[in-house]
Amino acid sequence: MTAAPVLAAASTSISTGETITFWVLGPLAVIAAVMMVLSRNAVHAALFLAGVMLSLAGLYAAEDAPFLAAVQVIVYTGAVLMLFLFVLMLVGVDSSDSLIETLRGQRLAAFVLGLGFALLLVSAIASGTGDGGGAGLKDANAEGNVVGIARLLFTKYVFAFEITSALLITAALGAMVLAHKEKPASAMTQREMARARFSGNHPWPLPGPGVFALRDSAATPSLLPDGSEAPGSVDPALSGEHVGDQGGSVHHR
Amino acid sequence: MNASYYLFLAALLFTIGALGVLLRRNAILVFMSVELMLNSVNLTLVTFSRINGTLDGQIMAFFVMVVAAAEVVIGLAIIMSIFRTRRSASVDDANLLKY
Repeated sequence: MTAAPVLAAASTSISTGETITFWVLGPLAVIAAVMMVLSRNAVHAALFLAGVMLSLAGLYAAEDAPFLAAVQVIVYTGAVLMLFLFVLMLVGVDSSDSLIETLRGQRLAAFVLGLGFALLLVSAIASGTGDGGGAGLKDANAEGNVVGIARLLFTKYVFAFEITSALLITAALGAMVLAHKEKPASAMTQREMARARFSGNHPWPLPGPGVFALRDSAATPSLLPDGSEAPGSVDPALSGEHVGDQGGSVHHR
Repeated sequence: MNASYYLFLAALLFTIGALGVLLRRNAILVFMSVELMLNSVNLTLVTFSRINGTLDGQIMAFFVMVVAAAEVVIGLAIIMSIFRTRRSASVDDANLLKY
């Protein structure tokens, strides 16, 4: 055995179709990834991440891994990203990033580190790999990709496969425990609510929104006689004052 | 074009994901960047599987996907419970372990 480079042995050539697929999907994935990191809106970031994952699924299909391509689409784009979107909606889309740098110079340091890391990886790959498409999966996929994976998964890797089920059950249980919220012991009765209201400092009802004064949105505050906005006339969830100032505030003519 | 182009692409995606982890403050976006890094490693594994001519790399990528799914479920549950107590999904606000 000689210490040959990884790609030295019997390298296959790469077809034109795969080259075209790579040069279409690769830049798409990179652009979507950059947009994901840079986008202010978390929902946009999730959709860009979906773009990256779909591009990667296409690349898997081009690399003789049709089973993984299907799993990528179903598990990542179908399940994981939907979970991300659900949690985004639960947490509140408006809870976007603050743009304040908490550590001074962190961004510059991150860019320098990222550039150095990319250079390190690229130079290592360039020196460690050779030309051509490698050994190729013609022989391994002779019976079909799914059959080949199943043969390995249920023989050589069957123990890891079994452990996986334990992991998934633990994860499901853990998520249930973490996301579970104890209900209050009993709901307030009408008597207790009335008592709480009249013992507080605001027994009268809050002013309604100024719906028909200016426009037909419940997010319009009603106006006091001096023209100022009546406090409490808009639900705080609608006015967006407590969740950040992104597009939630109401503008007046 | 040769197979190492896929490795370069994966390296690039991994770097972008690492930058996302370093730059973003929203815990969910940090988490998405971690997912991007996991995906890029999967691309590397699939490419190595093709280079070596065996399916073991694809099996490894498959297991990475399974573990990533479990990790996403737990991570998002943790983010949600932090949000419930602190009313914020920013990683800067989760500082209770300090005291």
